[in-house]
Amino acid sequence: MQRRTILKGGAALGFATMMGGKLAMAQVLEKVKAGFIYVGPIGDGGWTFQHHQGALAVQEQFGDKVEIVWQENVPEGADAERALTQMALSGCNIIFTTSFGYMDPTNAVAAKFPDVKFEHATGYKRDSANVSTYNARFYEGRAVQGHIAGKMTKSNKIGYIGSFPIPEVIMGINSYYLHAKKVNPAVELSVVWAFTWFDPAKEADAAKALIDQGVDVIASHTDSTAPLAEAAKTGGKVIGFGQASDMSEYKPSPRVSSIIDNWAPYYIKRVGALLDGTYAQVDVWEGIAGGEVLIGEITDAVPADVKAEAEAMRDAIGAGTYHPFTGPINKQDGSVWLADGAVAPDGDLLGMNFYVEGIVGDIPS
Amino acid sequence: MLRLEKRPSPSRTWAWATPVLAVVLTMIAGGIMFAALGKDPVEAIRTIFWDPLFNPQFASYSRPQLLVKAGPLILIAVGLSLGFRAGIWNIGAEGQYIMGAIFAAGVGLALYPVETRWVFPLMVVAGIFGGWLWAMIPAVLKTRFNTNEILVSLLLVYVAQNILASMSLGLLRNPEGGGFPGSRNLSQIPAMANPELIAGTGMHWGVVAAFVVVIAAYVLLQRHILGYHIKLAGQAPRAARFAGVNPTRLTVLCMGISGALAGMAGMFEVTGPAGQISIDFNTGYGFTAIIVAFLGRLNPIGILLAGLLMALTYIGGELASFMLSLPSAAIQAFQGMLLFFLLAVDLLTNYRIRLKKREIA
Amino acid sequence: MDIGGINPAILIASLMVASVPIMLAAIGELVVEKAGVLNLGVEGMMIIGAICGFVLAVYSGSAVMGFVGGALGGAVLSLVFGLLTQFMLTNQVATGLALTLFGQGLSSMIGQGYNGIKPPATTALPLGPLAEIPVLGTILFRHDWMVYTSILIIAAVWAVLKYTRTGLILRAVGESHDAAHALGYKVVRIRIFAILFGGAMAGLGGAYVSLVRVPQWTDGITAGAGWIALAIVVFASWRPWRVLIGAYLFGGITVLQLNLQAAGAAIPVEYLSMSPYLITILVLVIMSSGRGKAALNAPAALGQNFHASR
Repeated sequence: MQRRTILKGGAALGFATMMGGKLAMAQVLEKVKAGFIYVGPIGDGGWTFQHHQGALAVQEQFGDKVEIVWQENVPEGADAERALTQMALSGCNIIFTTSFGYMDPTNAVAAKFPDVKFEHATGYKRDSANVSTYNARFYEGRAVQGHIAGKMTKSNKIGYIGSFPIPEVIMGINSYYLHAKKVNPAVELSVVWAFTWFDPAKEADAAKALIDQGVDVIASHTDSTAPLAEAAKTGGKVIGFGQASDMSEYKPSPRVSSIIDNWAPYYIKRVGALLDGTYAQVDVWEGIAGGEVLIGEITDAVPADVKAEAEAMRDAIGAGTYHPFTGPINKQDGSVWLADGAVAPDGDLLGMNFYVEGIVGDIPS
Repeated sequence: MLRLEKRPSPSRTWAWATPVLAVVLTMIAGGIMFAALGKDPVEAIRTIFWDPLFNPQFASYSRPQLLVKAGPLILIAVGLSLGFRAGIWNIGAEGQYIMGAIFAAGVGLALYPVETRWVFPLMVVAGIFGGWLWAMIPAVLKTRFNTNEILVSLLLVYVAQNILASMSLGLLRNPEGGGFPGSRNLSQIPAMANPELIAGTGMHWGVVAAFVVVIAAYVLLQRHILGYHIKLAGQAPRAARFAGVNPTRLTVLCMGISGALAGMAGMFEVTGPAGQISIDFNTGYGFTAIIVAFLGRLNPIGILLAGLLMALTYIGGELASFMLSLPSAAIQAFQGMLLFFLLAVDLLTNYRIRLKKREIA
Repeated sequence: MDIGGINPAILIASLMVASVPIMLAAIGELVVEKAGVLNLGVEGMMIIGAICGFVLAVYSGSAVMGFVGGALGGAVLSLVFGLLTQFMLTNQVATGLALTLFGQGLSSMIGQGYNGIKPPATTALPLGPLAEIPVLGTILFRHDWMVYTSILIIAAVWAVLKYTRTGLILRAVGESHDAAHALGYKVVRIRIFAILFGGAMAGLGGAYVSLVRVPQWTDGITAGAGWIALAIVVFASWRPWRVLIGAYLFGGITVLQLNLQAAGAAIPVEYLSMSPYLITILVLVIMSSGRGKAALNAPAALGQNFHASR
């Protein structure tokens, strides 16, 4: 019987924890072939697009010493396992799997190819020494957005378009709400679950539903620019934020700022480590500090003082002097989650399945 | 002017020659497309059709994978072909496939962590039942209320997809999965797993079942009275009625068989290659199987070959996609072309093309 | 006058806009099916319409040209289906499914390089004082011209099918191609025209998605709308005005559930989003059982290929 109890979040996750470093120490490689598995098309303008930008940055950085290959639109599950195996067989030294659903396939294939390094985005399983995981602290960016939202809203109603009720998204909602509430106690948050990562028409409808409800600041956790396009139709009354990529085509308004997934530094670091022989297994959860989460330019549609405050918050988070989840914070039911001054442990965040106090509504299950 | 003339009986020669012709035509048209994208057309075509089978670097892995990919397609397509022959149009196999997987996973996970060898057969039964049940809805509505089965079965796909999403977020969610959607990984639970039976062959229980079903369907159509009824009902519905074929019974049977087989395919997939119930569990096998059924000319042996060819274009397409940086969209369009040509050249099997002077009206 | 925190006037106005793409695609498919042809490739034609319309709009700088391009793109793709099914006598179900596969691939190839571009805007039709009427103005008179055009198209299809000789011939071909052929009608030619119309309408619907609903191009932008259009045709039991109702119902439920969520109502999203399909099945059952098959109004020759043996 090989029932594997999964490493639960709290125990194993830390800030760039090094695990089994010695074991995975590799020899210096002359030339690296790096593979990337994408869940969507490169042209999605969001999640996959940003990963591909990271891949191209690797090529740019190392030139002839690196060959990159990629495969788009790989469904999660059996097809992913085959795509991974074929990439490994083709001589890839390192393969980045860029969606949560690739977790089991990545670990299964990694067990068969001990000499190939596997890097899984947003997951938590590292069953063999050649699997590393990486993720980004997007909730840090949500804090900055929440601050802007709280200051900018005139109707005191702000909105959030959620994809699926998973910890990653709930974490973002809580961070967004807490920081809006902090600067504007009257603020109310409406959450709309789209139950899709990508469906531009539905995302636009969701944004419109929020706007019809009087919401004038919209944050979205889905992949397309549709919510911004919808906000643009109001002629400046409603603002929003770029998600995953900068979405600069909607500057200066409705897109007043953005969270940019910037995978390039991590990809360059990992491929570089293979080239100079310093590669080791890691579990990385970087944020603004590591450059994985970038706050896109805050435009002039935001008053200068609000912009300065938002930038100060960004810098404080980056410097490690401020954590977006710092107590006192109560859960929605009023029970204490974080005592005064306490900082949320990463395990709590990675398994987050509750709203904080003040948010109305239930998380669908 | 060109004119078509129906052959008295389908040409045997053309029945074998047309698929080859179609593949050649697709290679030419696809080659032009790949060249237009700035890729070497010969290399692209070779990567798609040759490399998965014979490239020393990949073939030992890719060849068995053909079976893994083709297994569910064949299993579903054979079931559908019986109904299609009888003029019963189940195009909701995707939904039945999903429900089979959900029922099987539900039974398995309800018993978790029981570890007896009876769990797996029980799950097979549950999967078959789930698919059958989902197909019975359009069947019963058709026989009782004369409701169009094409539309009901199609609509039920969306319902099944919603149930799938709800299951992976709720009832079947892995309690140790940190709040992420998706069930436990069934392929890692020994009592529930559908593993590769002989290492390096790609054979799992689903592939075995596919082969058994192909043979069974062949025998049924050639030797059994039900097979005769099915063919008769499709070719001459009125005659069938005089011959004592009960249309209600035939509809229920054909829909039931195709649903059960689709459910079975879902069951073997969720316990094997896919491993878990998740929001994106279904990847279109149910719809692709419809195409496979027609490519195989609704003949079990033909479906076997068509399923393998389809699997080859998937796997070869994946290889071409990352080896040559071809956009996956180009592969999709290429597959579309192949299907167009395969469907189009079938004309030559059933019709003769005659050059004829225009009639004077 | 809010109900449950939702202003019904605004809700109706939004669902009218949200329903345009599926309504257009469905009315096109209705004509195709009336002629006895089942084209399951609506999704493929819509997405080709979406990208062709987008490209043309960007190049010409005119949204109107974009819609023309969308209709043309959809029609050209539907011609592939027409040639295969009408001349090569391929199976319609399989060909339609292959058409969707092909259309999705092709659209994504054409669309490379068009991400992140904004198309020319389609603005609301200036209806002056009409738009200021309370409630009614919000619901009816503040839309862009395509919303009105799509309703006009429904009316036109209804009138043509019901009152004209063309409509009569079309229906005759769909009911019995052999009889129509015996009467001297060009069955294949009529069906090709019906298929082209269906393609153009699907393309127009697709262009509405990429030019108005979500003014942008991204791969897979239609996200399954074509499949819903197919369901609407059945829901409508092949009657044009019921297509309008069906589109509002399907478009409406999505908009309604999102609005209910935004208004803070606790609703089980998954169950609500499957409700339009269940309602359609129910409607189908009621209509097909009530007054026999005639009441269902389904074209008798639907999905059957025609070959003139004489």
